[in-house]
Amino acid sequence: MNVEGKFTPQTWPDSPEKQTLEGKNKFLGFWLFLGGETVLFATLFATYLALKEKGSSITTEELFSMPLVFAMTMLLLSSSLTSVYAIYHMKNYNFKLMQAWFLLTVFLGFGFLCLEIYEFYHYVHGEHFTYSSSAFSSAYYTLVGTHGAHVTFGLLWFIALLVRNAKRGLNLYNAPKYYVASLYWHFIDVVWVFIFTVVYLMGMVG
Amino acid sequence: MTNEHVSKTNVREQYEYRRKKNAKEMKLQVVTFALMIFLTLIAFMAVGFSEHIPVKFIAPFILLLAIIQVIFQLYYFMHANHKGHELPMFYMYCGAATAFLTILAFCTIVWW
Repeated sequence: MNVEGKFTPQTWPDSPEKQTLEGKNKFLGFWLFLGGETVLFATLFATYLALKEKGSSITTEELFSMPLVFAMTMLLLSSSLTSVYAIYHMKNYNFKLMQAWFLLTVFLGFGFLCLEIYEFYHYVHGEHFTYSSSAFSSAYYTLVGTHGAHVTFGLLWFIALLVRNAKRGLNLYNAPKYYVASLYWHFIDVVWVFIFTVVYLMGMVG
Repeated sequence: MTNEHVSKTNVREQYEYRRKKNAKEMKLQVVTFALMIFLTLIAFMAVGFSEHIPVKFIAPFILLLAIIQVIFQLYYFMHANHKGHELPMFYMYCGAATAFLTILAFCTIVWW
């Protein structure tokens, strides 16, 4: 099929992300990357669990606040749903609605990032809990910060796609790009599910 | 009926079939999302009311909720329930197995 060709909703194929060889390769390669990312985050989780509360005068129960973590979780979970909506509109060849839902995803993700920055700022200046305070603080900031860096990268990735394709419209060249970016965003949400459970909730019960 | 006419009807039928299929899948995604929110609420509530629940029970319970939620995310939001996801899921399960071993080792046989 012609990569840059124009389509109508009627002629738009099923699974547009896998219609070209490049799309197929991207799909498979990206999942392999996500398998590797799983291992990357596992090493950070393992280090965090091993060093939890080691060498620190402040305990996790004193540090974490449930309302903030709850708000962050709801923002990121909702942003996962909005990106599912965007892919739904991609499959129906509705470019404008796809862009709109991805834009909403970006806003929700940005909200999450702002709360995380507030949280870290509060820990450093309010609690004097800095990166080099203890083995525990280093492990905590490395784990949660790596996730935050992934969120930042995901947001920039979405914005780049939205801006670059704004006038181009949807075709078989950029459909795999949008699809893969949404997979990345879901993976970020998967990691957050483990962070809010293992780091925050388990930290609050001691 | 001419050939052209047949192919036009085919295209329209396929289009309508795809629209319906996508709409049906989207409904399922919203149900999945509601379930994920529900699981999250249970996990937060279990910790919020931790005075009334044994602490030894909470940790494995909320971990189980997290695993269920991640399975939802992978199989529905990331479409791993669609065909053609055999190799991607092989990658992910290899990653998960390595992850499990790494965390197990750091929590048990490595000491600090």
